[in-house]
Amino acid sequence: MGLPPSMQVEESEEGRILTISVGPQHPGSGHFRLVVKVDGDIIVGADPDPGYVHRGEEKMCEYRNYIQNIPHLERPMIADSCGILYPFCLGVEDIANIPVPERAKYIRVILAELNRCIFELYWLGIYGIFLGHSTMFMWPMGDRELLIDLAEAATGARVTHAYFVPGGVRNDLPENFKERAIRQLDYFKHRLDQYKDIFYNNPLFLDRTKGVGVLSAQDAINLGVTGPVLRASGVKHDIRKIEPYDVYDQLDFEAYSMNSGDSYARAYIPLLEMYESINIIKQCLEKMPSGSVRTKLGPNPRGAAGESFKRVEAGRGELAYYLVSDGTPKPYRVKLSVPSFRQIPAMPHLLKGAKLADMPAIYWSLNYWPVEADR
Amino acid sequence: MATVQEFSFAEFVKSILWLTFWILVIFTLIILPIIFIVLFYVPAPEIAGIEMNPYLLLTMLVNPEIGAPLINLTLDQPLFRVMVFPGFTFAALFATAIIFVERKFLAKMQVRVGPYYAGREVFWWARSLEGLLQMLADLLKLLGKEVILPSGADKPIFWAAPVVLVIASSALIAVIPAGPGWVIADIDVGLLVVFAILGFFPLTALLASWASNSKYPFIGGLRALHQMIAYEIPLILSVLGVVILSGQLNLSKIVAAQEPYWYILLLPIGAFVFFITALAELERVPFDLPEAESEIVAGWLTEYSGMSYGLIQLASYIKLYALAGLFVTLFLGGWMGPLPLAFLGPNAPSGVDMFGVELLTTQEAVGILWFVVKTFGISVLMLLPRGINPRIRIDILLRTGWAKLIALSFINIFIALALLYLGVAGPAGPVGVISP
Repeated sequence: MGLPPSMQVEESEEGRILTISVGPQHPGSGHFRLVVKVDGDIIVGADPDPGYVHRGEEKMCEYRNYIQNIPHLERPMIADSCGILYPFCLGVEDIANIPVPERAKYIRVILAELNRCIFELYWLGIYGIFLGHSTMFMWPMGDRELLIDLAEAATGARVTHAYFVPGGVRNDLPENFKERAIRQLDYFKHRLDQYKDIFYNNPLFLDRTKGVGVLSAQDAINLGVTGPVLRASGVKHDIRKIEPYDVYDQLDFEAYSMNSGDSYARAYIPLLEMYESINIIKQCLEKMPSGSVRTKLGPNPRGAAGESFKRVEAGRGELAYYLVSDGTPKPYRVKLSVPSFRQIPAMPHLLKGAKLADMPAIYWSLNYWPVEADR
Repeated sequence: MATVQEFSFAEFVKSILWLTFWILVIFTLIILPIIFIVLFYVPAPEIAGIEMNPYLLLTMLVNPEIGAPLINLTLDQPLFRVMVFPGFTFAALFATAIIFVERKFLAKMQVRVGPYYAGREVFWWARSLEGLLQMLADLLKLLGKEVILPSGADKPIFWAAPVVLVIASSALIAVIPAGPGWVIADIDVGLLVVFAILGFFPLTALLASWASNSKYPFIGGLRALHQMIAYEIPLILSVLGVVILSGQLNLSKIVAAQEPYWYILLLPIGAFVFFITALAELERVPFDLPEAESEIVAGWLTEYSGMSYGLIQLASYIKLYALAGLFVTLFLGGWMGPLPLAFLGPNAPSGVDMFGVELLTTQEAVGILWFVVKTFGISVLMLLPRGINPRIRIDILLRTGWAKLIALSFINIFIALALLYLGVAGPAGPVGVISP
């Protein structure tokens, strides 16, 4: 029939195994295919098949200079556009020796944390609808607007901000941003408490997620997962703590981890991180000095031949850029190491032996974003 | 390859208009003259003392009084009861109202607006309807859509399943009394009939899923069957308490037996178990496993499209009405209000009159009103979990059904037996009521 081997149906294997192709056109997959083999209700094998939305971001970078690379680099992850651009700017500053004003560093942290919340609300909404909880889809999607409005006031764009540039940020925060941010964040915190009531403390939600897809700490390290997935397994690994960038070493915050390693822990850590992001943004608004927000650059910023490896903690985990410069204004090589791609190995590991009904609960708790993983 | 039929909505509307035009032409030119010629020789029949001549409708415009006995006669016809009230038309309208209320209600819960814009730009009067025309738009959309037959599908079963579901869910209404004397089939095994019909739905779902020749529907159908195993037994056991206390399987007599106390006051555990299992029967959230979207696309409905999908939805909402009505009948005193009829005072009218002809007695009118109000309230209560719960898993459902709900049902039966032997309630009525 000309179908790829993973697509061919093997229903005759002892007459029990049924192969189901979940995606790429399936309400529970995204731009991604997961070939699942079930024996009754138990999954006996899962085969992730990414690559449907490959855009060639890394190659595109080699044809543009450092500044031109900014807008297209955030396209793979528009839900967390500041997070995916952050290490690129850090890397270019490292290569070209560009100083960053102190105020710009604080603004970057504010926007990065704001984007972390925006991303995690998006994630939470889809997790809700994956478990059949339609209110938990609508509420985070609606409250996301609060933070998007805030980010729009600062950057001028709702989702693809293109706000971070090598040498600072594009423009200063508007007037009365601080008052507005504090008001909206207070309301947002109040809404997070309500999420706990309707979703996280719901006995059916606990039944569905507790003890489901348990990833032990050793397995998590061996498989190389990162971010909330890793911390849910009890490994305290947060780039903001172990390798602080910009002003994270001057802020007082917590990097949460849980020991159970199940879907519940992976769903609960984003909630805790949203609380912590509110805390970080408020600290930054207090401590932020006045002054310039952007270093004046020459027409085509370039550095000496060399390389740079910078990483940040994005919403999904560790996001790293490896930049190689040959002394021209264009990068010789840009390598993205995205957290989504690093969660894929955990997927067959956790799905094997799980129930078919737990597939969405496990799959989405792994923080896998097909568009980002394919780059 | 799916069988593709040429279809265009404009053509469809055009054909209906042409059809109407030709029917009118033929009626005026052929049928009307024939009627008049026949009436010249044959005397018109008389019904309820009124001559059935072709001018009757025109006469009723001038003198509406002569219509009253006819309407009174119509209300007593079995055909009227089957087709209009409390039969199919009423149930379908109730289902439509429930769908609209569900959408609005869920929207308010989720900080949305819900249906709002349908017809707003076109009709000035639609602005006050808050999007009620969306129901009509959805119906027209479903009618206009192509019904796709999957390749390798078992054609007769695939086509028949939606119709069978509508028929079965409408059959449930037949035994539910909507007022004193207002029941289509007043039979002595009414409750047994209900359970006989309820056992039919998962089988139809399994047949439909098997006939679809697709994997997701197949898994959904098997889940529907598993779900039935989980809830069917507690559902039947939960109403045993009612049967013990009333000594009846006839639903009208069960309502009449609740004269002093509604059974929800005596058997709250039974009512709770019945409510939960009714949700499972209806495949509503949190028990919508057979239609779990994120796991198996749309479950056993996956391959259905167009009006065959619409019929399945209609059947499920008619079933919602039937089960809410059953809950009201069994536990909430059916047509009886919380206040005695004497509350209306001595000057209350004795009935609903039309030109001196009594169409409904006051007891009937008030009873029907109470039944509809209570059923609507229970229906809304059945919609509520959709906004606050995630989907349950099949093993949790089986564990809950077998370990918890059956145990609660037995506790309920023991309570009923205790009430019976203590003489608090029973087929002979409470002890205080029995005359020495």
